Amino acid sequence: MATEFHNLQELRHSASLATKVFIQRDYSDGTICKFQTKFPAELDSRIERSLFEETVKTLNCYYAEAEKIGGQSYLEGCLACATAYIIFLCMETRYEKILKKISMFIQEQNEKIYAPRGLLLTDPIERGMRVIEISIFEDSGSTSSSSSGSSPSSSTAQ
Amino acid sequence: MKNCEYQQIDPRALGTSNTRTPTTLPCGRKNSQRLRRKWEVFPGNNRFYCDGRIMLASQCGVLPVTIGLIFITSGLFFTFDCPFLVDHLTVFIPVIGGVLFVFVVVTLLQTSFTDPGILPRALPDEAVDIERQIDNSGSSTYRPPPRTKEILINDQVVKLKYCFTCKMFRPPRTSHCSLCDNCVERFDHHCPWVGNCVGKRNYRFFYAFIVSLSFLTSFIFGCVITHLTLRSQIVNGIIQAIQQSPASVVEVVICFFSIWSILGLSGFHTYLVASNLTTNEDIKGSWSSKRGEESGNPYTHNSIFTNCCVVLCGPLPPSLIDRRGFLPPDDAPQAVTSDTELPPFIAKNDTNMEENCQEFANSCTA
Repeated sequence: MATEFHNLQELRHSASLATKVFIQRDYSDGTICKFQTKFPAELDSRIERSLFEETVKTLNCYYAEAEKIGGQSYLEGCLACATAYIIFLCMETRYEKILKKISMFIQEQNEKIYAPRGLLLTDPIERGMRVIEISIFEDSGSTSSSSSGSSPSSSTAQ
Repeated sequence: MKNCEYQQIDPRALGTSNTRTPTTLPCGRKNSQRLRRKWEVFPGNNRFYCDGRIMLASQCGVLPVTIGLIFITSGLFFTFDCPFLVDHLTVFIPVIGGVLFVFVVVTLLQTSFTDPGILPRALPDEAVDIERQIDNSGSSTYRPPPRTKEILINDQVVKLKYCFTCKMFRPPRTSHCSLCDNCVERFDHHCPWVGNCVGKRNYRFFYAFIVSLSFLTSFIFGCVITHLTLRSQIVNGIIQAIQQSPASVVEVVICFFSIWSILGLSGFHTYLVASNLTTNEDIKGSWSSKRGEESGNPYTHNSIFTNCCVVLCGPLPPSLIDRRGFLPPDDAPQAVTSDTELPPFIAKNDTNMEENCQEFANSCTA
């Protein structure tokens, strides 16, 4: 029986958490926040490789933009120094603004792509930016014991 | 046709993760328990004030001494030296002194009260996953995870160490502070004078503090010497001048002894900033040229100006520990104090550790 969910609501009612997959950080470019795009084996039968890679690459782009060293970040830094850094108490930094965009993006991805496939992404900021946690749900009403039997067929609303 | 509406669901109902929004209690459950914030169950050795807004290391060291010295010296300066200098020189002296003083105090407080870049500890699921990844042999006896993992950064081999307390492989440049019992990103050192670790998030405040303190100390020292010199010319004798203004001697002594260390420290940190190094790396000689020409700092931008800009004016990442977030009422102790709750995970001699980990992981995901 395919473990297919049409929305997050169904996920709540009939699913139980089977396992979690953790996407680790990729440090090949230094200490900037970047996640590995290697496709984990556990998701093999759940989601298309391209969708997953697209999600991780977009996240990496967002983080790269947040940590980008350029005109705007220097301006922010110099202004902060001139005001003895008090401005950080009043103003939301560019990094925080981009983190909000990332939350929205992850929420949207969960709703549109991952929940219909019985998966749930957790925002890395809630895990200290160490990992992207992907929770894999099983249909608790299903008699099949493993997720290998499910087919990641299209489940978008018609 | 099923109506596939994508409705937002509260992830807490799935029991998967902690969220940052305040918890609303499930309906039908009357609970008068006060919701706790995450700082109350923080596993590190830190103290929190103002409901989590301000944090300090638990061993705040000599921070009161630092504050006391700055206030006393500046107070004496403004009270006893400034009136004379305003009369005989210029009114800008207390103005400059005031600006420097405010800058020093503000940057000191920011260094002390800001999260230096603490990494939250790995949750049990993650810890088990890491263990599973490295223990591929599938043997039943427990083998502690290898302590290092090698990665390539800018074509240079860097070793990542496994932190047994935080249960994760430390990112590059991260170190575990034994005084605060936390892993801190871009760990520089634990400064007893400011009572906190100096790391990625508060290094710029620390640098601004020591540089402005050097200026303040030198400025006060210079002004007091000028004051005593001018006064001794008026009263024809240095002894009489000192008798008229004994506070100045106190200031001279404090400044004289401070200047050497503060100026030295500022110079040292200027060198570190220009080469994008941390005190920790410099002391350990991680990238010293003695080890061969291949070994160079992989994080440097190879330009003093760029390094300075990046370290001091780069984007400031937010705090990862979310101290003012609310704990979900159900799994409050489980997620955060995993190190105390896990059975002998810390003890390395336990041969049944792997079984315990598996059991614990199963109970987490149940």
